[in-house]
Amino acid sequence: MSRSQALRKAGSWLGLGPFLCFAIAFMILPALSILTGSFMDKSGVFTLANFAHLAKPTILSSYRVTIELSAVTAAIGTILGALVSYAVVSGGLPKALRSFTITFSGVASNFAGVPLAFAFIATLGRTGLVTALAKTVFGFDLYGSGFSLYSFWGLSLTYVYFQMPLMILTIEPAIVGLRREWREASESLGASSGTFWLRVGLPILMPSLLAAFILLFGNAFGAYATAYALTGGMLNIVPILIGAQIRGDVLHDPNLGYALALGMVVVMFVAIFLYLRLQKLASRWQK
Amino acid sequence: MRRADRIRESFSWLWFGFGMLYFFLPLVATFLFSLKGRKGILSFAAYGNVLADPQFLKTFLFSLEMAAFTIIVGLVLIVPTAIWIHLKLPKAKGLMEALSLMPFVIPPIVLAFGLIKTYSKPPFALVSSPALLVAGYVVVSFPYMYRTIDAGLRAIDLPLLTEAAQSLGARWTTVLFRVALPGMRPSILSAVFLCFATVIGELTLAVILAWPAFGPYMALVGRDLAYEPAALSIMSFALTWGSIGLMQFISNRSHARRVRRPRVP
Repeated sequence: MSRSQALRKAGSWLGLGPFLCFAIAFMILPALSILTGSFMDKSGVFTLANFAHLAKPTILSSYRVTIELSAVTAAIGTILGALVSYAVVSGGLPKALRSFTITFSGVASNFAGVPLAFAFIATLGRTGLVTALAKTVFGFDLYGSGFSLYSFWGLSLTYVYFQMPLMILTIEPAIVGLRREWREASESLGASSGTFWLRVGLPILMPSLLAAFILLFGNAFGAYATAYALTGGMLNIVPILIGAQIRGDVLHDPNLGYALALGMVVVMFVAIFLYLRLQKLASRWQK
Repeated sequence: MRRADRIRESFSWLWFGFGMLYFFLPLVATFLFSLKGRKGILSFAAYGNVLADPQFLKTFLFSLEMAAFTIIVGLVLIVPTAIWIHLKLPKAKGLMEALSLMPFVIPPIVLAFGLIKTYSKPPFALVSSPALLVAGYVVVSFPYMYRTIDAGLRAIDLPLLTEAAQSLGARWTTVLFRVALPGMRPSILSAVFLCFATVIGELTLAVILAWPAFGPYMALVGRDLAYEPAALSIMSFALTWGSIGLMQFISNRSHARRVRRPRVP
């Protein structure tokens, strides 16, 4: 390579300079500071003690609740989202419903956080409309039967509101990719609808479904605002615990906070890694 | 119609109806709830109370300002970088994809934590400056902005257009302002609306970095009042609907234009 070529090559990388500087300063350095912080004690000496503290029952249980919440809402979102998406894409419904559903899903998947929490309080809270309606019309006392919006299942119900639309958006291309010919071919060979799904449809969709499940899992795992607004920080999920840690509400040990945050990053990293592998697998059928 | 198709269609209606119920029931309930601000009658009293609160305007304007800065900084950083990569450095696409996944791996709550730790002490004591909040918002919206703009660039085949313009004697400024940017307009507008929808009601970064933004204000109202939060929820849904709806309208229109163009095999 000649000198001028090498110079030009270096010059073309220089064009990325401003963006890379920003990314290093505000994305990579903060991430690294969490990493280093979780290996230090209060005075900055290397230690592994923070990770030992992660094994405390309270912290383990908050990881367990967060993982359960993410898995449950991702599973419900995946199944319902796939069914709705299939219904509007190839269920024989009028075409207009499909574009309406896609547009609405775009809005609903972005409608999270504080306003979403309020909407569910107005609907299913103690004085919510549906709660009141159930009592006056059907004589059913929702809260008397053990339900609470501010509990695990209440929060799950709220999360599904943004999980299901995200699923509809994510899975739509894969469902569009399910060719009509495959169904016709299997039918002409005598397969029933159940056989088609069991032997052809689901195996083809499976990587896409799993990838979408993992995306939804990560989406719920990192969510802070909805839980914060709904439960006021009462439910011990990991993002809430980290938030309390930063504001110095409990524990009073920032380094334990770093270890908590690092644990979260590790879970998210594994999730994204799996997501990318599965997407690659799924893309074989979407040509 | 065959029996199997009929069964499929009725199941489709069932699931579609269920989806719509899940989507709209909370919205309708919230709307009706928000009308109960005055005892005994339905009224827009709760909306009046919200709008009359000086904190509402103050925090909303603050978030609007932050959104504007985030959009400007985001576009200035991302648009030239994306153009540069498409024209001169296609090799960097992988790097950008990897970087655009980072905000998913580092959730906002962890990012806020890291920003505080990195920028709370000299030489970079930025914690008391809203610049740090804007930087955080740019990080959070970067994946969406970059992907939207990258998709827009793919659609117009910028290297080909640049070559054509240059062979007709255009200077690089002409290429940039008369070819690249006009062609990217739909994707840039989409990125702007997406960024606006993300920032305007954002809670996590604003709460942790302690700024009086719209998101924390809404959370505060929700703690003390009953009907006003419902009104805020409806207003903020309208805002999300407006910005995301506009974004999809724009991208659909530009997509339709693209499809109508004759295809060369």
